[in-house]
Amino acid sequence: MTMVSTPAWGDAQVSALDDDEVRRIRNDFPVLDQEINGKPLVYLDSGATSQNPRSVLEAEQEFYEQRNSAVHRGAHHLAVEATDSFEDARATVARFVGVQDDELIWTANATAGLNLLAYSFSNASVGRSGAEAGRFALKPSDEVLVTEMEHHANLIPWQELCRRTGATLKYIPIDDAGALRLEEASRLVTARTRILAFTHTSNVLGNINPVAVLVRMAREVGALVVLDACQSAPHLPLDFKALDVDFAVFSGHKMLGPTGIGAVYGRSELLNAMPPFLTGGSMITTVTMEQAQYLPAPQRFEAGTQPISQAVALAAAVNYLSETGMQRVALREAELGQRLVTGLSAIDGVRVLGPGPGEERTGLAAFDVAGVHAHDVGQYLDNLGIAVRVGHHCAQPLHRRLGLTASTRASTYLYTTSGEVDLLVGAVAGIRPYFGVAAPGAKS
Amino acid sequence: MSGLDSLYQQLILEHSKTRSGGDLAEQPATPTGTAGTGQSHQLNPICGDEITLRLRVGAAGDGQSVTEIHWNGDGCAISMASASILSEMAPGMSPASLRRTIDHFRELMRSRGKLEADEELLQDAAALAGVAKYPARVKCAMLAWVAAEDALRQAEAGQEVSRIP
Repeated sequence: MTMVSTPAWGDAQVSALDDDEVRRIRNDFPVLDQEINGKPLVYLDSGATSQNPRSVLEAEQEFYEQRNSAVHRGAHHLAVEATDSFEDARATVARFVGVQDDELIWTANATAGLNLLAYSFSNASVGRSGAEAGRFALKPSDEVLVTEMEHHANLIPWQELCRRTGATLKYIPIDDAGALRLEEASRLVTARTRILAFTHTSNVLGNINPVAVLVRMAREVGALVVLDACQSAPHLPLDFKALDVDFAVFSGHKMLGPTGIGAVYGRSELLNAMPPFLTGGSMITTVTMEQAQYLPAPQRFEAGTQPISQAVALAAAVNYLSETGMQRVALREAELGQRLVTGLSAIDGVRVLGPGPGEERTGLAAFDVAGVHAHDVGQYLDNLGIAVRVGHHCAQPLHRRLGLTASTRASTYLYTTSGEVDLLVGAVAGIRPYFGVAAPGAKS
Repeated sequence: MSGLDSLYQQLILEHSKTRSGGDLAEQPATPTGTAGTGQSHQLNPICGDEITLRLRVGAAGDGQSVTEIHWNGDGCAISMASASILSEMAPGMSPASLRRTIDHFRELMRSRGKLEADEELLQDAAALAGVAKYPARVKCAMLAWVAAEDALRQAEAGQEVSRIP
């Protein structure tokens, strides 16, 4: 058992998953048992999308085989069972992130969730939903604050919202090591700041942002806090109430669930004062030819037929995570993250982005190989059966700030063995010699 | 030869470093609309690879031919080598011949490895045939060729305009 000193959520009584447990966990993931180019698959791209345990695949199939029906309409037996499954899934996922059932809205993914918020605020800005929605309305003297490390999904919806309302978008810069410059943040958070949107953990840097510090700054000026939990919900024990954010979003496919399902958390009193974004069936009370009245949250934001089987499967995914223990997953991944950053940083010409060895990091490391483009790095690794992500990872401004156009990212999950991390590190050491930018053993 | 070695042939790795024609930044600027000159910027949004390529067409013997090609870019070994090889091949080619070469190269790249390269037509670019088996990399190999096709079209359009008295 190895304890990691840094994580604030670490409980002294809880140990990280060990290699034997991880080997047992791997048996639950059929996709991992295959060869690529004659080599065992080493899947290090869970930050992009995670794999599904058999229980998730079975939950979706079982739903279709036994209870498939529309929900919240129809009085027949299957409709009732499907509705129960759908709402049970909501309760399960809500509990997983520490919120009430009616505070969790299903969306297609985190991107859809952030757009839902931005468009609802946009509707409030043109006077929809009357005075109660006034607190979400933006005007030209207002500001929306994000950070320089955001995924495009937590940047572009706010750019567009500002374009539509005349508000100004500002961002908290990062330092050369990729950390938020908090002294700049405290200068940038002012009475003009209406929304502070930031990522919990960067999908490129693998750092964990100081949520409490940022929430405190926002509270002092009455700004709403939107947390992008896309990379934290799968990997860290989460309690949005304890984090005291107003809104949060995450995606199911990054946390052992299927694609096409994600969620928005919003504080109940806020959600029920917000104008809807998508409108249509299933989100109304009374409709005339001229106008409509809307249901309270969550239905208020769930127009049309929802991703029902996906919600059921996502509930199976969070049950799998809860049974494994999120603290144990987080501790395990902190160890793998250290193994990654330590191993990769020791290779000549390799620069790991974000926190250095010994500093707090999730199980994710993006890196640059001097003289070799990320696409070529990814191709070399794929030839060895190692799957990584290459490119700008939907974070162009962050890469530009770090002087890069692209990087290579390895990201772990609860099924990643330490042997797989070692295979990656060993393979990366061979890349510069292969491409002829450094002789074996030569100093860069 | 392993799959990786057939993709990254020695010739390709060498071109990715020497980057023939990759000196656009050092060339004097050509005013836009100059007769016989075309310039095209191409970006691969998936990986951020980009290239700016300028090409000049002038009189040669009875007809026309490519007289100059220069580019500036940033990208992977495949995209940079592809631009370098094209820059060595294109000068001296007639517009029709360059277009025919680009068409064959595109067909080859899109063939998923099912088409044989016409080595006489493609010369060194035949070394890029291995890319066709990696659909995710075809855009990398095509980047400079798409830019050349666009620049050629502009160069010829400019000439037609300049001929109008």
